[in-house]
Amino acid sequence: MVNFLKYQFLYFLISFFVIGFGIFSILKWGYRYSIDFTGGTTLEYQVKDKVYNLKTKPLNEVEQKNLITSLEKKNKAKITVLRLETVGPVLGKETISKTVIASVLAIVGILIYMSFAFKGFNYAISAILAMIHDFFVVVGSYSLLSHFFGAEVDLMFVTAILTTMSFSVHDTIVIFDKIREYLKEEGKGSIEYFANKALTETMARSVNNSMTIVFMLLALILFGGSTIRFFIITLLIGTITGTYSSPFVATPILVWLTRLSFRALRLRSGQAPRSGVEESNYENS
Amino acid sequence: MFKFIKKILLIITILLLVWIDLPENFKIKNYTINPLSLNFNLFGWQIKKEFKTHLGLDLKGGSHLVFQVDTSKVSLSDLQDALNSARDIIEKRVNFFGVSEPTVQTLKSGNNYRINVDLPGIENVNEAVVLIGKTAQLSFFEQNPQEKVASGSSIYSTLTKNTGLTGKNIKKSQVVFDQQTGKPQVSLSFNKEGTDLFSQITGRNIGKPVAIVIDNMIISAPTVQQQISEGNAVITGNFTVDEAKKLAIAINSGALPLPIKLVEQKNIGPTLGAVEVKKSVIAGFFGLVMVLIFMIVYYGRLGFIASMALLIYGLISMAVFRLIPVVLTLPGIAGFILSIGMAVDSNILIFERIKEEQRKGKDFDIAVRLGFGRAIDAIKDANITTLTVAFILFNPLNWEFLPQFGMVKGFALTLAIGVATSLFTGVVITKKLIEVFYKKNG
Repeated sequence: MVNFLKYQFLYFLISFFVIGFGIFSILKWGYRYSIDFTGGTTLEYQVKDKVYNLKTKPLNEVEQKNLITSLEKKNKAKITVLRLETVGPVLGKETISKTVIASVLAIVGILIYMSFAFKGFNYAISAILAMIHDFFVVVGSYSLLSHFFGAEVDLMFVTAILTTMSFSVHDTIVIFDKIREYLKEEGKGSIEYFANKALTETMARSVNNSMTIVFMLLALILFGGSTIRFFIITLLIGTITGTYSSPFVATPILVWLTRLSFRALRLRSGQAPRSGVEESNYENS
Repeated sequence: MFKFIKKILLIITILLLVWIDLPENFKIKNYTINPLSLNFNLFGWQIKKEFKTHLGLDLKGGSHLVFQVDTSKVSLSDLQDALNSARDIIEKRVNFFGVSEPTVQTLKSGNNYRINVDLPGIENVNEAVVLIGKTAQLSFFEQNPQEKVASGSSIYSTLTKNTGLTGKNIKKSQVVFDQQTGKPQVSLSFNKEGTDLFSQITGRNIGKPVAIVIDNMIISAPTVQQQISEGNAVITGNFTVDEAKKLAIAINSGALPLPIKLVEQKNIGPTLGAVEVKKSVIAGFFGLVMVLIFMIVYYGRLGFIASMALLIYGLISMAVFRLIPVVLTLPGIAGFILSIGMAVDSNILIFERIKEEQRKGKDFDIAVRLGFGRAIDAIKDANITTLTVAFILFNPLNWEFLPQFGMVKGFALTLAIGVATSLFTGVVITKKLIEVFYKKNG
């Protein structure tokens, strides 16, 4: 058995720096927004095997036609319109706010289900905190992608965040299930002991499982189309942080929370807090 | 014997799945391969089903249009009817373009009403925008005196002369009931100009039909009983209440249409989508091969079984996508890839559990049974949580405060189908495969 929890501080530092750097990037550089959010017209067109991208204020049908004609004149060749999009500025904001509401509801749903399945809030709260951790990692790193590689915040990015969030909880539950099982089977032992044991058992599975997803995503980055490249890269970041956060964020939080609630229970019943083997009985009731 | 039948059934099922999942119009030398398509009569039920992949606009190319509806001129009580008729009219206009599988939806968001039009594979978008956006034209047509009525031809074909009376001249149309018979009728009231025109028209057409035409389609052709000069008329006939209502709505919407304005337009050229699909398929293929190799290298024979389970999983999911049918978009594909990851996860979980039990010194048979039993808990909890998320994102009740269409829903749908399928294959199929292949050689 490996004592994973011994290096808690290191995990905390890693998360702190990754998220901190991301937030720094958000504050300093922000994002490039696609017309999904700002409103406007984008035109992606092809002239003699070269693809160009053009972005302007919203154009109506006549203006769009004029733009294409003038481009053809300028290039002295017929252009192929690959994509022509015009979006009013209201819609994107509305989509975002609706997606946020849906995500909050989803979090509540997870909270309720996990509270039942794991009999108590600690597991659910830890899983959701790890999910929020992943959210910040993805959002932060996307700001870097946006600044250095020109990735735009669009509806696909919103989808990628949702994917990351569902994957994160999915991955966490597998470890928590193991902890729950050991508690049920063995009963006596500290939460750290069970957590370490569960982490040791599930580490291979966690890594292997993520590897399979990473393979799929790498293939899509290497061979897939250009329109979805940033989307796939975001999913890749999401998969990595989702895998990382289950053992190294969610589990330490679960251990802290369990100890905290145990202490609170002890204090309320007038007993001095103790650490040690018997603590586990609290979970087992 | 019983086992033998079971095996045969399994093979038939797999063959059926493969058949449903075959590529469309795939040519090998002189043969063209197509997926299963059903068209037959079963006890009087006509069963017609084609198993084809439905691609969304982002993959197939086409046009996505969103119109903002100006509702300021309609009273709240008439709003829903007006919206519905606006949608119906747009649907008729879209059908005129002959695109396959257009969708026209009304959406409410706060106090904003929108009409969402998807036109897959359309080439001339501007023409479509103009046609959809123009307000419905209601007009009245009478018989053309120069044209002789050919015997046997429909009376409608003779109504070719425009009377000059249009929807602009109608103040209101509503359903009223005959005071004697209680039968539903549709009332028309005209403005001043309309009153004069209608008086002249009815004066010269007594005993003849005058057609009400919306968007060049005759929706009703009542016969004039007498000259009507007060500007109020009723259309009588053997209407049901519902029919009368529909007629009144149609007349109203022609007369008082909801002005609509284009607020969003996304045109994706057919080449871009096709390239994306081709690249995604190639990438998906390589990704899958890498996953299979990894599983087999790491888990040996169990990995081989998992690979087979994964392939069956892919076949089933594809078949479900084609059966429902699910419109595949890029986010939908993302949802599917995620669910592949989760399907593999179920298998890996089971194998790790079996290995764990074996490490404890249990026999293989017992280890398999215990491993499955133990793994189920984790698989169940993890997948139910994912399904919960997918359910909320899919918004099955179409609540207006949640995403109502497009990207997020497409993602949620394929994710849900993928996870539900993976619960089935991960648990049932993998177990069967282990029983069939592993024990014999193990």
